[in-house]
Amino acid sequence: MLRYTLKRLLSLALSLIVASVVIFVAIEVVPGDPASYMLGINAQPDTVAALREELGLNVGPFQRYVNWITGLVRGDFGTSYTYRTEVADMIGERLWISLPLALFALTMSTLIAFPAGILAATKRGSAWDVAVMGVTQLGVAIPNFWFAMLIVLVFAINLRWFSAGGFPGWDQGLAVGLKALLLPAISLALPQASILARVMRSALLDTLDEDFIRTARAKGLTRRQVLRRHALRNAMIPVLTIIGLQFSFLLAGAIIIENVFFLPGLGRLVFQSISQRDLIVVESVVMLLVFAVVVVNFAVDLAYAAVDPRLRSRG
Amino acid sequence: MKHFTIKTAFAGVAVLALSAGLAQAAQTDITVGMQLEPPHLDPTSAAAGAIDSVTYANIFEGLTRFTSTGAIVPGLAESWDISDDGLTYTFHLHDGVKFHDGTDMNADDVKFTLDRARAEDSANAQKALFAAIAEVNVIDPLTVEVKLSEPNGNMLFNLAWGDAVIVAPESIDTIKTNPVGTGPFKFSNWVQGDKIEITRNPDYWGTPAKLEKATFKFISDPTAAFASVMAEDVDVFTGFPAPENLPQFEADPRFQVLVGSTEGETILSTNNKMPPFDNVKVREALAHAINRQEIIDGAMFGYGTPIGTHFAPHHPAYVDLTALSTHDPELSRKLLAEAGFPDGFTTTLKLPPPSYARRGGEIIAAQLAAVGIKTEITNVEWAQWLEQVFRGKDYGLTIVSHTEPLDIGIYAQPDYYFQYDNPAFQALMEELNATTDPTKRAAMLGAAQATISKDYVNGYLFQLAALTVANAKVVGLWENAPTQATDLTAVYWED
Repeated sequence: MLRYTLKRLLSLALSLIVASVVIFVAIEVVPGDPASYMLGINAQPDTVAALREELGLNVGPFQRYVNWITGLVRGDFGTSYTYRTEVADMIGERLWISLPLALFALTMSTLIAFPAGILAATKRGSAWDVAVMGVTQLGVAIPNFWFAMLIVLVFAINLRWFSAGGFPGWDQGLAVGLKALLLPAISLALPQASILARVMRSALLDTLDEDFIRTARAKGLTRRQVLRRHALRNAMIPVLTIIGLQFSFLLAGAIIIENVFFLPGLGRLVFQSISQRDLIVVESVVMLLVFAVVVVNFAVDLAYAAVDPRLRSRG
Repeated sequence: MKHFTIKTAFAGVAVLALSAGLAQAAQTDITVGMQLEPPHLDPTSAAAGAIDSVTYANIFEGLTRFTSTGAIVPGLAESWDISDDGLTYTFHLHDGVKFHDGTDMNADDVKFTLDRARAEDSANAQKALFAAIAEVNVIDPLTVEVKLSEPNGNMLFNLAWGDAVIVAPESIDTIKTNPVGTGPFKFSNWVQGDKIEITRNPDYWGTPAKLEKATFKFISDPTAAFASVMAEDVDVFTGFPAPENLPQFEADPRFQVLVGSTEGETILSTNNKMPPFDNVKVREALAHAINRQEIIDGAMFGYGTPIGTHFAPHHPAYVDLTALSTHDPELSRKLLAEAGFPDGFTTTLKLPPPSYARRGGEIIAAQLAAVGIKTEITNVEWAQWLEQVFRGKDYGLTIVSHTEPLDIGIYAQPDYYFQYDNPAFQALMEELNATTDPTKRAAMLGAAQATISKDYVNGYLFQLAALTVANAKVVGLWENAPTQATDLTAVYWED
């Protein structure tokens, strides 16, 4: 187990280093000078030069990379060009929306997908199975932003049960906050739940066909017991993989949904910062997201080992 | 944490009931939606119009100010004297004006503001507004004297810009996140990425604001903007980004739609130094290939006023020159043949993000293709546009709305991105700057408009409309946008 963990850790560190170089290069080669962007078309050249100096843009790219990385390692994410506030504080504030939203959506998707997938697999070929497959097919096909607009139209504009978007802040109470995140979470959860339910179903079906399931039944276990003790546990590997990928996607990929519901989350911060050429914010947020993805993958790897003892010994 | 659900649910119901009760009485708070969030809140050190949209007239005030029609009226200066040679302006300040932090606003602050804006290391995005100022002298706490190096007929106009608002030396270090001005509203809170809140300034020197509180909410997505107004999450949306939805609001008695004018001349900017556009015949052919109404209908859903020159139609000195560039593909082809391009040519068309450019660009490309001019369309982000088009001059055609008020003077800069170099026009502008007599100025402005129109410097398309959607009960909003502002000073709710 220790060797397995160490190997995973090493690959985690390597991924991070490679990612940081790629991110920095990709963002720095995009044309567009942040200082001229901020000052607009009537600015005089000496004003732009003064601002470039102030933003620390007058040093070479290599030096800027070194400054950025050494800052990150020390936990200093730098100062936003446009907002002139600490990037770390900005990310911290936005995480309070993006993280709960991702968790909310993931919980919802898991709570829907598990029962649906299990039901479809155990009652293979039944009306239930057809219904689950049909609905999830639709769920996978519908783009989440379109679904988001649809539920805004129904629940915010017509029924007026919810706000069309925005976030009142957690200081208004947990219920108010969760209510504001409900529609976005549903929009995010729908396609994820559909995918997860289908994966759950096929993984479970594969397992149920295995010899050891027949053996377990033969030794006298009930269907339910076989399902719980043997089938589900073995079907978990692909499901965990998908959940891991989905969490990273929910955290990083909510950009469109955050725009539809005008939620001040991480996705919207990246979106805004790219158009405003707030390079330092883009670099730091993307790096943070990479970090999150890599760490989630690491956690998933550890979870594999937990459900599948063979992985531990193989190292 | 265990008890949160029941308790907060009750609290939520109580708040709902309370707010429903309050809604019965005249409402004193307002939520204003807008697309762009300001990067920070110092209007004197950035070009971002969103800063003025929040702070102008609400938080900060200048010596003079714009009204909704674009007229210049006294602001912090209650009156002024101009010397006969036009070189000395003496401003008499209002008595008893205080900044939001309680300190007095006096002549020292005015001197500080103007000196800071025109200083060597100034970060003012419109530094040119202050170029004529030679020195600023404090006569007494309520009198300040501004000496110019040459007469400048635009001085009072320049001082009304958001970039010229009066700031205090004490609060300058933190102005970007905690703006301290003299206006009828005080800054109270900013949740970055989401909203900015301002509250009424109880110690305001002038007529106090009727609203107690205002919240600016930033909603960039056009569909989300539509939904937020429909669901009544916001009471007012200025610069409404989805013109296709306006008929729906007009038909709904809950809302009012205000269609006004802006300072945004939307033009097909042309690289006058790049062949074949260095040939005036080619530029004239370009002008006759364009069908303005088709662009306004197709790209702006009918909102916009056709223009024939680089000047706002609502300005008293405007001359309608659209007749010089009527839609006439036949003439256009003939002119191209005369210029030596009987089969047309190929050029680049770079389009920045706004929909007037992206949608309008497709329509213009089709119109140009009809006379044989083929365009390679490239969509660019603003930062790229600034770098490639504006600074690099690496373009044939581009579509941009020039939103600065009274900016015809840019045609006198030969290295401006159109690269239009006409000494006669430059001389005319110099003369205009030195003239203060309004009648003479109007005549000169008319001549200037005609010159650029007859030289077909750019394709003149339309004046951008100011589109505002608001709750039908909100009174006192600006219909026009003579500068970027959301002046809430006189806004209130009708019972």
